[in-house]
Amino acid sequence: MERMPGWADVVLVPLISLIIAFAISGAVIWAIGESPVEALTVMIEGSVGSTYGWGYTLYYATNFIFTGLAVSVAFHAGLFNIGGEGQATLGGLGVALASLFVPWPHWSLALLGAATAAALFGAAWAAMPAWLQARRGSHIVITTIMFNFIAASLLNYLLVNVLRPPGSMDPASARFPETTNLPGLDAVLGLVGIPFSDATPANVSLLIALAACALVWALIWRTRLGYQIRAFGKSERAAVYAGISPVRITMWAMVISGALAGLMAVNTVQGEANRLLLNSVEGAGFIGIAVALMGRSHPFGVLLAAILFGFLYQGGAELALWTSIPRELIVVIQALVILFTGALDNMVRQPVEQAFLLLRRKGP
Amino acid sequence: MTAAPAADAPPAIELRGISKAFGPVQANRDIDIAVARGTIHGIIGENGAGKSTLMSILYGFYRADAGEILIGGVPTPIPDSQSAIRAGIGMVFQHFKLVQNFTVLENIILGAEEGAMLAGSMARARRVLADLSRDYELDVDPDALIEDLSVGHQQRVEILKALYRQAEILILDEPTGVLTPAEADHLFRILRGLRDQGKTIVLITHKLREIMETTDAVSVMRRGTMVATVRTAETSPEQLAELMVGRKVLLEVEKGPARPGRVVLEVKGLRVRDAQGVERLRGIDLHVRAGEILGIAGVAGNGQSELLQVLGGIARGTGEAWLNGEPLDLTGRRSDGRSRRAQGIAHVPEDRQHLGLIMDFAAWENVAFGYHHDAAYQANALLMDNDALRREAQGKMERFDVRPPDCRLPAKAFSGGNQQKIVLAREIERNPDLLLIGQPTRGVDIGAIEFIHKQIVALRDAGKAILLVSVELDEIVALSDRILVMFDGRIMGEADPGAADERALGLMMAGVAAGAPQGAA
Repeated sequence: MERMPGWADVVLVPLISLIIAFAISGAVIWAIGESPVEALTVMIEGSVGSTYGWGYTLYYATNFIFTGLAVSVAFHAGLFNIGGEGQATLGGLGVALASLFVPWPHWSLALLGAATAAALFGAAWAAMPAWLQARRGSHIVITTIMFNFIAASLLNYLLVNVLRPPGSMDPASARFPETTNLPGLDAVLGLVGIPFSDATPANVSLLIALAACALVWALIWRTRLGYQIRAFGKSERAAVYAGISPVRITMWAMVISGALAGLMAVNTVQGEANRLLLNSVEGAGFIGIAVALMGRSHPFGVLLAAILFGFLYQGGAELALWTSIPRELIVVIQALVILFTGALDNMVRQPVEQAFLLLRRKGP
Repeated sequence: MTAAPAADAPPAIELRGISKAFGPVQANRDIDIAVARGTIHGIIGENGAGKSTLMSILYGFYRADAGEILIGGVPTPIPDSQSAIRAGIGMVFQHFKLVQNFTVLENIILGAEEGAMLAGSMARARRVLADLSRDYELDVDPDALIEDLSVGHQQRVEILKALYRQAEILILDEPTGVLTPAEADHLFRILRGLRDQGKTIVLITHKLREIMETTDAVSVMRRGTMVATVRTAETSPEQLAELMVGRKVLLEVEKGPARPGRVVLEVKGLRVRDAQGVERLRGIDLHVRAGEILGIAGVAGNGQSELLQVLGGIARGTGEAWLNGEPLDLTGRRSDGRSRRAQGIAHVPEDRQHLGLIMDFAAWENVAFGYHHDAAYQANALLMDNDALRREAQGKMERFDVRPPDCRLPAKAFSGGNQQKIVLAREIERNPDLLLIGQPTRGVDIGAIEFIHKQIVALRDAGKAILLVSVELDEIVALSDRILVMFDGRIMGEADPGAADERALGLMMAGVAAGAPQGAA
């Protein structure tokens, strides 16, 4: 079978899908009597037109990188982890406990400790559905989504009954000590002399997210565990023939996936809020599915897709702020992007593939 | 046009200038063929020669890029299988298309029901079926469930389905692949009966013997073209084989006498149950010596697959087994493929596409498959040494003549024979004490069969033990030094391949114990 070149697969197809999604969004905006051009201008200026905008875009993107990577690792093992939301919730609990109850002398150590706790808590939360799937045959799609609800209820209980400071009416933990506060992206970029807005929530966790991309890439394509995960994901029967244990690989893939989802909480809980709030994940666990789909489960693709969704999030917020376009329409735009880049991927892929084959046959 | 069998009437099927390309691959190139009415016409060719594509065009699955189809002398476009059925063409696929939990009758009317209520069509079908069964020796119980029928009977249901739809032309794709010799003989009697009643039969096969015994004329395809159409009476198997591959091939395996040494594998009282709790192996005793090939003959589904699986660490069983005197774990933690490989067992599985290879993996990644724990494949404690793997894969592919010799192509880009060579290269070059090998040449073309057989014999001559499972009796007889016949999870008896009489083997394969001591049920 002839294939189209790799760059067309990874860049061209998603780009065309994106353009179609934006074109339809534009038509919808035009249909409700607003100007698509103006809307696009507001979105672009608000999200990437200033370092302030970039700060928010990258802050959201950091979340989506973690959850996108989490879904991708599970995808490679043929597992559909839609429990990123719950795993990130538990990751937040880990961050809060580590930040509140350990006297960290410096933010760097606090970051290390909180990240470890976040990863462990997220991994533990994913390990339970993984075990149920591997040993009891309970389908992981069902169990992970149920664990999202359990995580939300658990956090609700803990915040209201255990972690809430006495006298507070707010279902949230106490503020973390000053020494655990992470430096903002402005401080990081300041080191290399790049001026950046200091009023954004983007922080040093972005660097951890980028490192996670590189590590996941190495894990999947360069290690024996990654080899076994991919083999298991392509064919469980063949994996058994090769002596790869389905139980072991299911556990490993889900534990790594859960740890990545949990790490997201470092960005939101420690990097931004400095305390544990009731809903600090805000759907990023689910956006991770779209990010992984669009990024074709490749860490570099996930990075690009996460930035795109960060742009959509921030641009959408700006749109709601500065225009009379209703907030719901932003959700429509995001849904269209997910629809075209994820669900309708083949609709674009096939014609592009055929076009390439046609060109090649005519060529030399 | 090539020589068509003499006929005054227009041929039942005539294809003129049929061409079909899939992307850059020309599957059929300017094919002309005429099949005379009331004859059995064989189509023979290597895998990938384009036989199935041609028949799929005739049955409306594919549309030809060029050319025309004449049925009974009338140009008949066949855009879909409904049109093919209307034109009187029936097809019996290699893999039956029957609903397992429907009765014979329900399967026969499926898609040919008349009206909303079934009772009328069922009654009519029952009458027609009774006539057909009587006329063509096609007896099957119309009320039996398909899942309760033997493979041979299921095939008869497929034929009845086509006849019920008033097929005048019957195409059979590799019909004997799953049959015992006795069932195959019965099938050919049926086909001759159909021919004598004026039906036209097209028989696609790669078995020269069937062509010689059954057909009136035979067309040979090679690499998408029709190279010759000859009368069967005027040709020989050697000539056909030469036409198929374009050169002379050895139909026999060249091998010297075996020099069996110590016992490598010993199995006692081996039993295996499948997921439904059905006992698939019912007490197997056997041994394989160093330097010999033990062939397991039998019709598919009589426990051979389970035997390979439990020895290969894929399935679990009870009983005892030793390799070089060391016990094999059949139930516990070490009953997996990794432990088996560590003990010196290599396994070329029957189903290379679903077990032996990851089709989406590159050839070089597949070369590590099952051996990925080998320290030689690690660059350091963390990372695998992909460069070393690619070098090793490249070497294996050149030594085993894998074409194209490009280790970066995914496994699915290779033909069946070349996929099998990749698996063989991986398993044989591990220099195992025992090689388990299932269906080594299924779906493999003649040139590659010869190569694969040579590799197996070479491993034997290097003093290794080989357990061979194949549903091709010819292959078992040609390769094995000893033959055991399996039926219904038991060993029916042993045969010496030098003196093996195919009829006696066939009887054992059908469950008739030919004086075999272990066989008594």
